[in-house]
Amino acid sequence: MPSPEVIKWLRFKFFPHIWCPGCGHGVIMHSLLRALVGLKLDQDKTVIASGIGCSSRMPGYIDACTVHTTHGRSLGFATGIKMHNPELTVLDVMGDGDCTAIGGNHFIHACRRNIDITAVVMNNNIYGMTGGQASPTTPPGAWATTAPWGAIDPAFDICKLAEGAGASYVARSTIANPKQVEQYITNGIKNKGFSVIEIITHCHTQFGRKNNRRTPIDNYNFFKESSVPLARAKDMSKEELKGKIVCGEFLTGTDAPEYTEKYGEVIKRAEGE
Amino acid sequence: MEGRYEIRIAGSGGQGVIVATELIGMAAALYEKDLFVVQSQAYGPEARGGKSKAEVVLSKEAIDYPKVIAPRLQVILTQPAADEFAPDTMPGGRIVYDDFFVTSIPGFSEEGGVEHSENVIDAHTYVLPIVRTARDKIGREIVTNMVALGAAGRVLELDKVMSPDSLRKAIVNHFTDKKIADLNIQAFNEGYALFKESVWL
Amino acid sequence: MAEINRVAFMQGNEALAHGAIAAGCRFYGGYPITPSTEVAEIMAYELPKFGGKFIQMEDEIAGMAAVIGASIAGAKTITATSGPGFSLKQENLGLAYEAEIPVVVVDVMRGGPSTGLPTKVAQQDVMQARWGSHGDHGTIAYVPSSVQECYDLAIEAFNMSEKFRQPVLIMSDEVVGHMREKVTLYKPENLIERAKPSVPPDKFVPYLADTKTQVPEMAAFGDGYRWHVTGLTHNDWGFPTNNPKEIEKKMLRLMSKVNECRDEIVKFETFHMEDAEIVVVAYGSVGRSALRAVRDARKVGIKAGFFRPITIWPFPDKELESMIKQGVSILVPEVNCGQMVNEVERAVHGKAKVTLQSLVNGELFKPSEIFARIKEGC
Repeated sequence: MPSPEVIKWLRFKFFPHIWCPGCGHGVIMHSLLRALVGLKLDQDKTVIASGIGCSSRMPGYIDACTVHTTHGRSLGFATGIKMHNPELTVLDVMGDGDCTAIGGNHFIHACRRNIDITAVVMNNNIYGMTGGQASPTTPPGAWATTAPWGAIDPAFDICKLAEGAGASYVARSTIANPKQVEQYITNGIKNKGFSVIEIITHCHTQFGRKNNRRTPIDNYNFFKESSVPLARAKDMSKEELKGKIVCGEFLTGTDAPEYTEKYGEVIKRAEGE
Repeated sequence: MEGRYEIRIAGSGGQGVIVATELIGMAAALYEKDLFVVQSQAYGPEARGGKSKAEVVLSKEAIDYPKVIAPRLQVILTQPAADEFAPDTMPGGRIVYDDFFVTSIPGFSEEGGVEHSENVIDAHTYVLPIVRTARDKIGREIVTNMVALGAAGRVLELDKVMSPDSLRKAIVNHFTDKKIADLNIQAFNEGYALFKESVWL
Repeated sequence: MAEINRVAFMQGNEALAHGAIAAGCRFYGGYPITPSTEVAEIMAYELPKFGGKFIQMEDEIAGMAAVIGASIAGAKTITATSGPGFSLKQENLGLAYEAEIPVVVVDVMRGGPSTGLPTKVAQQDVMQARWGSHGDHGTIAYVPSSVQECYDLAIEAFNMSEKFRQPVLIMSDEVVGHMREKVTLYKPENLIERAKPSVPPDKFVPYLADTKTQVPEMAAFGDGYRWHVTGLTHNDWGFPTNNPKEIEKKMLRLMSKVNECRDEIVKFETFHMEDAEIVVVAYGSVGRSALRAVRDARKVGIKAGFFRPITIWPFPDKELESMIKQGVSILVPEVNCGQMVNEVERAVHGKAKVTLQSLVNGELFKPSEIFARIKEGC
């Protein structure tokens, strides 16, 4: 059961939620809320943005300043909110398709600007809400309704993408390790810059059912068996790492300046004229 | 001044014809009394080269149509611009050509005489060393547009449209760096003198 | 703080940017595109002087998203674009209509379709302004025809956007955007600001509209009211709904909040309509060619009149019809293949013969071209 502090952050008015029984998104939402509670954030000053998809319904259930936008574009909205009022804590929750397919351009540019937004990417390797179409993180060979002969597109490594594009905090965990998810989201929010936390989750309804992970517990077991801590992964060969999920903090802050602070300097220069 | 007084300055991209017309507009709008003005330009995708034309319409009354219909004054700095734009000059108007880039004056024969054909343009025609003055006398070809503006300024004075001092004020207002403003004023004055001492063909 | 009150000589695009700032706009998000880029450039330079923010986004879509986001956070916001960019704006414009977020969008029209004519004038987007984003909604769109009007209508656009809590469009064009004229910049009086919540946070129902204005009060994120913004059809609580009654209520209110106030939104200008036998209806830069042609026609004794919509949406249909006598001829010059002409036909209910004069060569009408048609009787 959630703690009373967490319950304060829930909009029971908007329940029941749309997620399937056993969906990993609930685990992520609870971890996220524990992180917000742990950081003693003010609900009135916390913004949670999202795009379209199952994961993007999350902000509706959270009693904060929430904005459910268009597919893939949530970071654009979040950027506008943060730019206008940098005092707000801004999170952006999204799915793998939302973040890396239709929103891929917005994602890399948010990373590049290093604007103080925490992106929580729930990666379940599929478009779940619309019935199981392939996403940019569907593993090659996996089945999807739009890859009925097996996916042939290579999958994105979201963490590498974020790191390469300039995010200043990058971490990965799975729903099989909710304490770690909570910790990484906490660290991501604390980071003054753009933070990306990729959380591997599952869609047993649309992905697992067709890819030998039919039940929620099959997926939990798979995540547990496949997870490799970053420290251990460093000593493993490429061959050994095949099919594994490397979990850990890949980047915990850089010396890159934060975007809204840089713009604050622009204002000072302009006002001085 | 009766009705519309229309000006066109044409050349190629990078010669500063747009800025020249902008300064005429600024002079009219900010330093002359009761003068309405619209300035506009047409250009292609090139920042340098390509055809470039800019226009100003001046009037004592509010201006409806913002573009030039038949210019009373044209300053033309390249041959392609001369060929295209010279013919629509208002009858009895003035055309100032640059003598370096415009080698074949529309409406005139090879020998320099007036063509006895339908190509004749009913306008006072002046051929002045605009580019050469900028390049040789001032040493900066970049001020070609200010020499051209100086020549135009003298015409506008003769036609009782506006005072050259208004144009000088606009130049000083536009170029905030004093050294650059001085250089441009010098070029303007050279252009003004060029026209003053000229005769039409 | 920079000085607002002054007389200047500037481009339509520049005046529009200054008008936005005078209206209290403090946020610009966008992507550069000819022939609208000067709006972005002026905002990039001016906004930080007023403590405002400018951000160049990665594309047009994100530019639209950013201005909606900043508006949700409490700012008056604007973005500017042109043809291809306006197409890209449509997706998030729809969200702003649905979620009722005030924002001003400028389209400096150029020739299309596709990349078309980046540096040449057109009026090919006026129907896109009305119907561009999928789904129904009321539209408010202005068509300026002078530099001063760019300034004035920028202020008006913000007022209407704040009042009705929805996007307002300024459909400028390449000629108006790029020409320079004398303009009086002033500090506007009686600016309209979005209605803030009149109840404490625990009583706040975010989409419960005032029964008279039909516009809900709007709290900014961060000022103590927590609410949910969504592009899904939602109930008064702002939460997605599939309930037929709630869906219909929301949809009808989106339309009626603007439609029922159309009389106060509609703007137009006329010249010699009282005894006109031939009426030219034209807008934007074409309005200037048309006015010249009408003046020239009057000089030679033709009873010509001129009607210029300043709001193209809502279209001043009632007003036009009331000024038209049975049997007059109406000429509609447009630099497109015929868009507003259909609205004119609809407005006059067969009382007049309506003729389109179309020009699609990238140029503005010469007054003589319109004059010739007036002389021929259209």
